[in-house]
Amino acid sequence: MQTFDLEAQGLRALNSTLHAQAADTNQTHWEIVNPKGSHAIAVGLDAPIEISIKGSTGYYCAGMHKQATVHVHGSVGPGTAENMMSGTVVVEGDASQYAGATGHGGTLVIKGNASSRCGISMKGIDIIVHGNIGHMSAFMAQSGNLVVCGDAGEALGDSLYEARIFVRGSVKSLGADCIEKEMRPEHISILEDLLERGGCDAKASEFKRYGSARQLYNFNIDNAY
Amino acid sequence: MRIEGRNKKDEQKGAPRTMPIQSATFSNPVNAEIRRAAATGIYDIRGGGAKRKVPHFDDLLFLGASISRYPLEGYREKCETSVTLGTRFAKNPIQLDIPVTIAGMSFGALSGGAKEALGRGATMAGTSTTTGDGGMTEEERGHSDKLVYQYLPSRYGMNPDDLRRADAIEIVVGQGAKPGGGGMLLGQKISDRVAEMRNLPKGIDQRSACRHPDWTGPDDLEIKILELREITNWEKPIYIKVGGARPYFDTTLAVKAGADVVVLDGMQGGTAATQDVFIEHVGQPILACIREAVRALQDLDMHREVQLVVSGGIRTGADVAKAMALGADAVAIGTAALIALGDNDPKWEAEYNALGTTAGAYDDWHEGQDPAGITTQDPDLMARFDPIEGGRRLNNYLKVMTLEAQTIARACGKNHLHNLEPEDLCALTLEAAAMAKIPLAGTDWYPGKPGTSY
Repeated sequence: MQTFDLEAQGLRALNSTLHAQAADTNQTHWEIVNPKGSHAIAVGLDAPIEISIKGSTGYYCAGMHKQATVHVHGSVGPGTAENMMSGTVVVEGDASQYAGATGHGGTLVIKGNASSRCGISMKGIDIIVHGNIGHMSAFMAQSGNLVVCGDAGEALGDSLYEARIFVRGSVKSLGADCIEKEMRPEHISILEDLLERGGCDAKASEFKRYGSARQLYNFNIDNAY
Repeated sequence: MRIEGRNKKDEQKGAPRTMPIQSATFSNPVNAEIRRAAATGIYDIRGGGAKRKVPHFDDLLFLGASISRYPLEGYREKCETSVTLGTRFAKNPIQLDIPVTIAGMSFGALSGGAKEALGRGATMAGTSTTTGDGGMTEEERGHSDKLVYQYLPSRYGMNPDDLRRADAIEIVVGQGAKPGGGGMLLGQKISDRVAEMRNLPKGIDQRSACRHPDWTGPDDLEIKILELREITNWEKPIYIKVGGARPYFDTTLAVKAGADVVVLDGMQGGTAATQDVFIEHVGQPILACIREAVRALQDLDMHREVQLVVSGGIRTGADVAKAMALGADAVAIGTAALIALGDNDPKWEAEYNALGTTAGAYDDWHEGQDPAGITTQDPDLMARFDPIEGGRRLNNYLKVMTLEAQTIARACGKNHLHNLEPEDLCALTLEAAAMAKIPLAGTDWYPGKPGTSY
């Protein structure tokens, strides 16, 4: 286990040290202490390493993440795991706006609540939120899965493409072109896998599924001619 | 032709008739658009930039050398053209041989072959190309010695591997054709490959977000830039591209947010597809933007430290020289580069006619039926375009622009294009004088000149 004191050693040293870890590094476990809400912690990782952050982080923690596992023992600021490609990010506390924005792959688990625009423009990432999510979540979400064990705020899934949304609690309102859809056996099995990966004990049968009505996919042209 | 209303006596005497007069307000093109809108229920979408006439570089002239300053010998004396972009923070600034770069145009809007040709031509000429909304293709990375990777609101195809293999990163806040608007790519051009790169269903009418998903405002942008620099180990210059909206404030905020380079695009700058009403009615001509951006840089003591790249209607070496005399460090071309590749070439006139248009006016790039095989994803049309020949043509064109700009600079006695200055210029119109803060020809005055109010 390597311990890195962010306050003492600084952000630049942290990220360049983590970037220097090769695929076959022996230093696979890292503990970051004194994060103190710093921005851009552990961004651009691309090695099979495990990072444990002891405290809360600022903007864009684990941004553009690949391969690694990041575990934040605290809450996270805006844009955590934005554009994540693969690997795993687990947040023990709450997440601010745009968690998992534009993520292409991997698994983001938020054990507390997530604020607005969670999963905005997501492109393949799986996001599992144990608590509630804020307004405009999954706006223009393209693919991947958003699981919400609590409630969802206003305008869920506005202008949605092909992403799947599963919500156990209430949905304050659905965004444009987002509708409730039938929960078929294949969705139950997808959701069960997601809940297991997210460490949730919720039952898949308690969730409702939401998706795109696909009415905004093409311009509405009056083809009288 | 008011036959019915004509006085019978006039008719008999053969009195002259009233000429039919078209309304300047309800002109034929306006009426045609009203009829088209009434028939279809959708706004007109097209490619290109503003077509309306706006004050432009044509409204400025160089004074040339005379007794008070002497010229450089045209072919013998040195006139440098190189430029370095990204000197402020980046470990690896971009060195260009010429100050004319290729603007961002997406794979999707353009064919793979066209992207390859842009890379080939720019590389031969010693300059950079830029990706677009849709990610980085192997064609352009492989054929571009220096490639700028655009970071756009849609984040289509955005990934850290491409970020790391880019030579610079351009955060796109806006573009001149549509400041405040997002990208658009209609179903005809969402081929399998384009759909896969953008992670979208094939054949949809794709409308990209107009705002970045994970930051709003300059304070967030500063943190976003920190993240991008940390991901790429502070190696790459970070550009911020803005449309010509509020150039003084936009430039100021871009610099405060930490930009290495500000890219400023006027309303003549093209787009692959946008509402005509947006292209023609939002944004400012580039002529009106440059001096305000330069003033912002000067007020921050950052002129030349943060480089300014301007675009939107750059066509000739004269335009390059004028933009640089107004304070730009380099320019970018998009539409002009496509024309050099063969877009809107009269040799396809019969086919343009079949599409209901004519060479030079063809702007339905979003429909994917480009006879020149450039703004299309149709395999048969794409096969018409030869990327190697396209690259040769682009290189030639860039070379001519550079020679033209050097010719002018030498005539003004300058041994580097960067040494051109506003004092080398005069304006032909009051509008251009006001916008460019250049004296009207024959006077020492421009509207708004300090100390000259009535």
